[in-house]
Amino acid sequence: MQLINPGIGLVFWMTVAFSIVLFILGKFAWPAILKGLKEREQSIQEALDSAKEAQEQMKRLKMDNDKLLREAMEERDVILAEARKIKDKIIGEAKEKAGKEASAIVESAKEKINSEKLAALREIKSTVAEYSIEIAEKILREELKDRGRQKKYIETLLEETNLN
Amino acid sequence: MLAMARKTIVNQVITLFLFFSFFCVVPLNLVAGNHTSSSTDKDHGKKEEPNIGKMIMEHVTDSYEWHFFSVGEHHVSLSLPVILYDQGHWMVFSSSRLEHGQASYKGYYVADGGPNIGKLVRKDADGKEVPPQLDISITKTVFAIFLDALLVIIIFLSIAKSYRKRKGQAPKGLQSFMEPLVLFIRDDVAKDSIGEEKYERYLPYLMTLFFFILFSNLVGIFPFFPGGANVTGNIAVTGIMALFTFVITTVSGNKHYWKDIFNTPGVPWWLKFPIPLMPFVEVMGIFTKPFVLMVRLFANMVSGHIVLAGFISLIFIFGKFGVGMAYGVSVFSIAFAIFLDLLEVLIAFIQAYVFVLLSALYFGMATEVPNHH
Repeated sequence: MQLINPGIGLVFWMTVAFSIVLFILGKFAWPAILKGLKEREQSIQEALDSAKEAQEQMKRLKMDNDKLLREAMEERDVILAEARKIKDKIIGEAKEKAGKEASAIVESAKEKINSEKLAALREIKSTVAEYSIEIAEKILREELKDRGRQKKYIETLLEETNLN
Repeated sequence: MLAMARKTIVNQVITLFLFFSFFCVVPLNLVAGNHTSSSTDKDHGKKEEPNIGKMIMEHVTDSYEWHFFSVGEHHVSLSLPVILYDQGHWMVFSSSRLEHGQASYKGYYVADGGPNIGKLVRKDADGKEVPPQLDISITKTVFAIFLDALLVIIIFLSIAKSYRKRKGQAPKGLQSFMEPLVLFIRDDVAKDSIGEEKYERYLPYLMTLFFFILFSNLVGIFPFFPGGANVTGNIAVTGIMALFTFVITTVSGNKHYWKDIFNTPGVPWWLKFPIPLMPFVEVMGIFTKPFVLMVRLFANMVSGHIVLAGFISLIFIFGKFGVGMAYGVSVFSIAFAIFLDLLEVLIAFIQAYVFVLLSALYFGMATEVPNHH
């Protein structure tokens, strides 16, 4: 029965030794080990999570990029179409304006030519009239050199006046 | 929960079987050991046979010195201090004064038989063998406990240091060797049995328990000093560890735990009143649980040591019939011993695991919070 008859000394020393082991490991070893394990697990989990998130973000970014690109292209098309329209409009307007201006210029030129023509005609008329008066004066002077003639002419003139 | 209960039952059946098979082995050895005292030492033919039983018993039980080997009549051993308190005096002396159990010192000698076999006794006034009032000698097992404790402390302090130093990095060396076991105890034993919220409180104890048992088991299998001592195959050692589990379970038992014991739900009322049969059984259960823990580990380890020693001894038993016989048997004996040694390594792990798993299950039961009532 030696085997199942524990000695009191063994019980005492086992209690002491086990308590000491429990105390030392419980104070200095297990907290550090378990904390280290937990921290490592957490950091691994975090790394995995962040990798996944980064991947998702990449995907999202790529999608965004595609969307942006598509939008940009559409906008470019719109802008181009608008530009073309504007160009056409500008060109049309310019053409119209140019046509108008040209016709206006022609019109004014015509007017000027007309007025110049009239002025010239008027000048010719007055000149002709002056010349005619001068000639008439000269003729009259020549005609009325002697007194008889003068008298006769005056009488004719008076007669004509009286008649009126 | 059901699977766990089934596992526990299987374990208990195995334990009972081992326990009883161990009882069958011990008397044989004791009978064999008794031959020694009756036979005369000069008779060489008779001397060898009983020596085997005695040798095996000496291997698995405690002693006041650490015997390494003998060359003829010369014993090579480590003398350990004897500490006694008797008749109002403390006595400390080296076990070498006992001359390997052959001599007595100050009236104290190692009992050769009787209820105190293997322990120091003195003759009282009536000539009866009585043990000293207090015997706290550093025996072989105590010394081995100190060595195992030191080993566990050194190993895990160094591992803790590497965890502190290599924060957030991959484990390395000894650290990576122990980490799977630490994780196993933490995740598969503590977390599963006690639950996510409370397991951390019990983890230091469960870890210490597991690694102390494991290292003691493994060092015990190693045949030379500092191995070879039967630490976990000693009922005092397993008993103290079971006592720790018992105290922790009882102290941390919550209202629900005690209510389940004194007013077990799900049983007919006449089992509780007027004769409190169920409460009686349940209260018994409080004590049988740690008792089973104690006996299981002890029986497993001691039977392993006995069977191993037995196989090696076969060589010497057959050696009596002739040298050739001994060589022939030694081939099988050693093959079996190697097989058993490997089996013992497995058992060392399994028993450490079972002890810790059951402790964790008891803690889990004590702290369980009902959620379906």
